[in-house]
Amino acid sequence: MPVWNEKYETMKRDELEQVQLERLQQTLNRVYRRVSYYQNLFNKISFDPDTISTLGDLKKIPYTSKDTLRLAYPYDMFAVPLREVVRMQSTSGTTGQPLIVGYTKNDIEHWTELTARVLYAGGVTKDDIIQICFPYGLFTGGIGFHYGAEKIGASVIPGSEADMENQIIIMRDYRTTAFACAPTYAAQLFEVMNEKGITPAELSLSKGLFGAEPWNESFRKEIEEKLSISVTDNYGLTEIIGPGVSFECDHKNGLHISEDHFIPEIIDPDTGSVLGPGEKGELVLTTITKEAYPLIRYRTGDLTCLYYEPCTCGRTLIKMGKIFERIDDMIILNGQNMFPSQFEQILTEAIGTAPKFQLVIDKKETLDELEIQVEISGDFFFDEMKKLAELEITIIKEVKERLDFIPKVKLVEPRTIKRGMKKAKVIDKRYK
Amino acid sequence: MLTIRSLRSYYESICALKAVSLHIQKGEIVTLIGANGSGKSTLLNSIAGLMPKTKGTIQFEDTEITNLSSSAIVKLGIALVPEGRQLFFPMNVMDNLILGTYPFYTFRNKKNLYNKIDRIFDLFPALVDRKKQLAGTLSGGEQQMLSIARALMSEPKLLLMDEPSVGLAPKIVESIFQTLILLQKQTGLTIFLVEQNAKLALNISQRGYVIETGQIILSGEKEELMNNKEVIRAYLGKE
Repeated sequence: MPVWNEKYETMKRDELEQVQLERLQQTLNRVYRRVSYYQNLFNKISFDPDTISTLGDLKKIPYTSKDTLRLAYPYDMFAVPLREVVRMQSTSGTTGQPLIVGYTKNDIEHWTELTARVLYAGGVTKDDIIQICFPYGLFTGGIGFHYGAEKIGASVIPGSEADMENQIIIMRDYRTTAFACAPTYAAQLFEVMNEKGITPAELSLSKGLFGAEPWNESFRKEIEEKLSISVTDNYGLTEIIGPGVSFECDHKNGLHISEDHFIPEIIDPDTGSVLGPGEKGELVLTTITKEAYPLIRYRTGDLTCLYYEPCTCGRTLIKMGKIFERIDDMIILNGQNMFPSQFEQILTEAIGTAPKFQLVIDKKETLDELEIQVEISGDFFFDEMKKLAELEITIIKEVKERLDFIPKVKLVEPRTIKRGMKKAKVIDKRYK
Repeated sequence: MLTIRSLRSYYESICALKAVSLHIQKGEIVTLIGANGSGKSTLLNSIAGLMPKTKGTIQFEDTEITNLSSSAIVKLGIALVPEGRQLFFPMNVMDNLILGTYPFYTFRNKKNLYNKIDRIFDLFPALVDRKKQLAGTLSGGEQQMLSIARALMSEPKLLLMDEPSVGLAPKIVESIFQTLILLQKQTGLTIFLVEQNAKLALNISQRGYVIETGQIILSGEKEELMNNKEVIRAYLGKE
């Protein structure tokens, strides 16, 4: 059972909780001193960080939402002066304002340690040649894993966004043994391999580390069989640190959360009340070692549950379930984040009035597919096939341009789309 | 070995420590860095049982020592080298050392204790020639050594040290710190060191905590603290 950091990953629970309490108190003392948002918030609710005597007292503090972070754009949530920041990363800004996340020297060290844990648990050692097929750049995936892999001592190929064919040639010629990427990227790689007539036997691959988007067990089984590799899942988000928040061990039944750096909670997304072990709800994370961008009770928007049963891998870190759903209506298609509101905007512009539409998502083979079903009311289209065809093309073009995804478009008769109570008009058939 | 949870200490109504939590593992040297008046000595005094009003818990090995008397705490294996040495100046070196065994001293084991003194002199050879000299006539460095030696007489498992470098020449400070490293290596002694000379202290430590106005604001391995620009600026004196 490979464990990268024996001390912290297998620490006795009472000792770990002591470490968490110490770091939580220190973090609260720091944010109260340095982050004006938290200072104002704590003053407003008459909360004194000194009153946190146990981990359970964390409940006294309100949640931090993504909107708060957006309002603080660019630097207002930073807890250190910029001269102490050695790196900036950013979220994609799918819904408008991207977020800037800063890292101090120590934050980078910790992040490196965290991604090293992910990779090591996934079987990567210094003897591996690992190809990082996450984009390098503002996105945290590429550079985050890169540092961790180097720390382990693996030979790192920063494949980044090289085109698929090239990526596969590198994989074959450099004799890559491990690769980290988004699951849909892996699926695409496999398709290109087939097209080019490269068989898995020509490659030296033995492990894959997938993250950055939801994927399920049947996909794991499929990819593991097709490429004869072992695949592990990992989870992270830029606001918190990037990849490295949680990861699967070789039991592949839940993701261990690095609790010496983050305190997880599960809450009811509607009422905000804290839920118990095994109950499904929104994941809330508190960073307890971050220096530049500490967050207290940050609502991730991801739905999962926490398992407290000890794992036979020896780690004492609790596990969270694989993530399939979000509380907001964000949809992830082949690794691209998008919201129904963005489709609404595109359709409104194309049609001229607010459209009635729904998004139907499915998986064909290993790739996500999207069908946009739009109701066309009789009053502004006069059965003109040409105009309808033009409209379809406009929509496809706009979606491709703005969201980097090619959808199918189906124009339907008025009142064919069922009106539900829910705002989101998304039908996701992928994980059913 | 030592686990402190949400400790609060008061001078009359003034809260000098506000929810302080920290831990020290067996065999570690841990440093507490902080400015004057930040609560460093208060914390050590609280552990040693010298602060009358404390809340929260202090656990040493399997015993909760939060409201135990100082002598009971010494018997459990914690000794304090107090700020300013606090020697008995009109008494000679030997007598000062014997006082360090006070909680254990009986007529019967007297001989044992004197043997112990000989072992301690191996660590502090400078004191050998001063056995009969009055403590008040020793140099600052010798006084500090005597203060440490006196604490070691109770055979502590955990040694608390309050600013051992104050008022001493750098060379002497260095030799005292060398002795501490030696003690840790040879006897597995655990040391909790409070220092304003943060650089020196961190150098011999494995981990450290930073205290500011009665609150711990940062902790980490030696390297992490030395990487932290704020620590560098405020306590290590360079950037």
